[in-house]
Amino acid sequence: MTTDSSWQPDASLQIIKQRASLLRKIRDFMDTREIIEVDTPQLSHYGISDPYIQSLTTTRTVEKDTLLYLQTSPEFCMKRLLAAGSGSIYQIAHVFRDEESGPCHSTEFTMLEWYRVGFDYYRLMDEVDALLAHIGLQTSAKMTYAEAFMQTVHIDPHSVVTKALAALCRQWGWDTAVDDRHAMLDFIFSTVVIKNINTATPLIIYDYPACMAALATLKQAESIIVSERFELFINGMEIANGFNELTDAAEQRKRFEADLMARRDKQLREVPIDRKLLAALHSGLPECAGIAVGIERLLMVLSGKEDISEVSTYTLANN
Amino acid sequence: MATYSTNEFKQGLKIIIDNDPCSIIENNFVKPGKGQAFNRVKARNLKTGRVLEKTYKSGESVAGADVVDLDLQYLYHDGDLWHFMNKDNYEQCAADGNAMGDARHWIKGEEMCLVTFWNDVPLSVAAPNFVVLQVTETDPGLKGDTAQGASKPATLETGAVVKVPLFVEHGDLLKIDTRTGAYVSRTKE
Repeated sequence: MTTDSSWQPDASLQIIKQRASLLRKIRDFMDTREIIEVDTPQLSHYGISDPYIQSLTTTRTVEKDTLLYLQTSPEFCMKRLLAAGSGSIYQIAHVFRDEESGPCHSTEFTMLEWYRVGFDYYRLMDEVDALLAHIGLQTSAKMTYAEAFMQTVHIDPHSVVTKALAALCRQWGWDTAVDDRHAMLDFIFSTVVIKNINTATPLIIYDYPACMAALATLKQAESIIVSERFELFINGMEIANGFNELTDAAEQRKRFEADLMARRDKQLREVPIDRKLLAALHSGLPECAGIAVGIERLLMVLSGKEDISEVSTYTLANN
Repeated sequence: MATYSTNEFKQGLKIIIDNDPCSIIENNFVKPGKGQAFNRVKARNLKTGRVLEKTYKSGESVAGADVVDLDLQYLYHDGDLWHFMNKDNYEQCAADGNAMGDARHWIKGEEMCLVTFWNDVPLSVAAPNFVVLQVTETDPGLKGDTAQGASKPATLETGAVVKVPLFVEHGDLLKIDTRTGAYVSRTKE
């Protein structure tokens, strides 16, 4: 008789212990800074409107026609807590994203998300560096989105004409690039720019184009408008995404509605807007900056593994 | 013809790229934190054997390629086409020189070959990995010459010319690796 070993975990026991140690260090770090751990539900009546993120859904037998959404991030509930006066908070949560899989993507993964009341995104970048040092990594080099483009592909992403951008995309293997500036910048950034920046240390890229703001604030930087957002990269892999949180309910509603229009254009499922979040913003979200960190990717960096399945205790395929 | 969404991409899937049938070798999912996801695909062009890289927006659909592999027996060459037979149903088909590629150098009749069809037309033919062929022409063998690496050309019964060690003689049976076209050994059969 052959032995069935398919019940074994995907990650080694060593990695599972490394994960425990990483989580403990994160909690220590948050405790010393008096950031409160919170725990919010994974299931919601509202989904994410972002046209580039798809929620998983489920239903209950008692309300067969009501779709429930599994959270793609704990952001909305945490912002409602901030509006309720929680002060700085963090959460380590399981989140779910449909249609994402690959060496750095998994349908279910673990997200560390924290919010700092009274911080701007520069101060939050410093705190990210402090966390990196706390878990034994180097602190980051910093560069704007525009500088990253200039250094690698020698164009200014904010002013480059769309035609030239499309030509560059075709040169790098995306034949059908036409006029979607946002998608073209994403393509050049994630396949060329970030792979070609020479840095031995972690890297923070900040001041993204306004079209990539999502839930971040905007600011005028010389002649252009940028979003006050940053991302942390290690070995060319995105680890974290942080920004100054948008506190303006009317502006947030406008962005949600633009998202829904974009979803309709792309023939994606419509999702109900989280009106409780809008109500919370309306009542008043304190000025704050927040950030989400992929725990499995951080583990990949710490353990030197190159596939997320090697740091996932059990992968979906194995459960 | 079937189309495939990028979500269905995986190694071995046959799709049309630039009007040619291709087989996916590697499929990478690339997604920036807030924005458009892409599938970066490495694929082999099944006509030319060349490897190419393509990028698709995730969710895009791509036409599938109707590609089928069959084990067929080689029958004969009529001067223009190479004829094969399916031993299961005795159906015959013919491959042209383009589809034959290098395989033509290694087969003389009755070998089982892997024939790849695209839209029911032979696209490529792979000879068995190893074949045994007789030497029909080579310089006389030099007995006792043990110089390492020394070689000479030998013509085989199919017309192919391979490099062989100096001791190989006219009439010898040689085992050839058809993937590299290299001499492996002398053999009794």
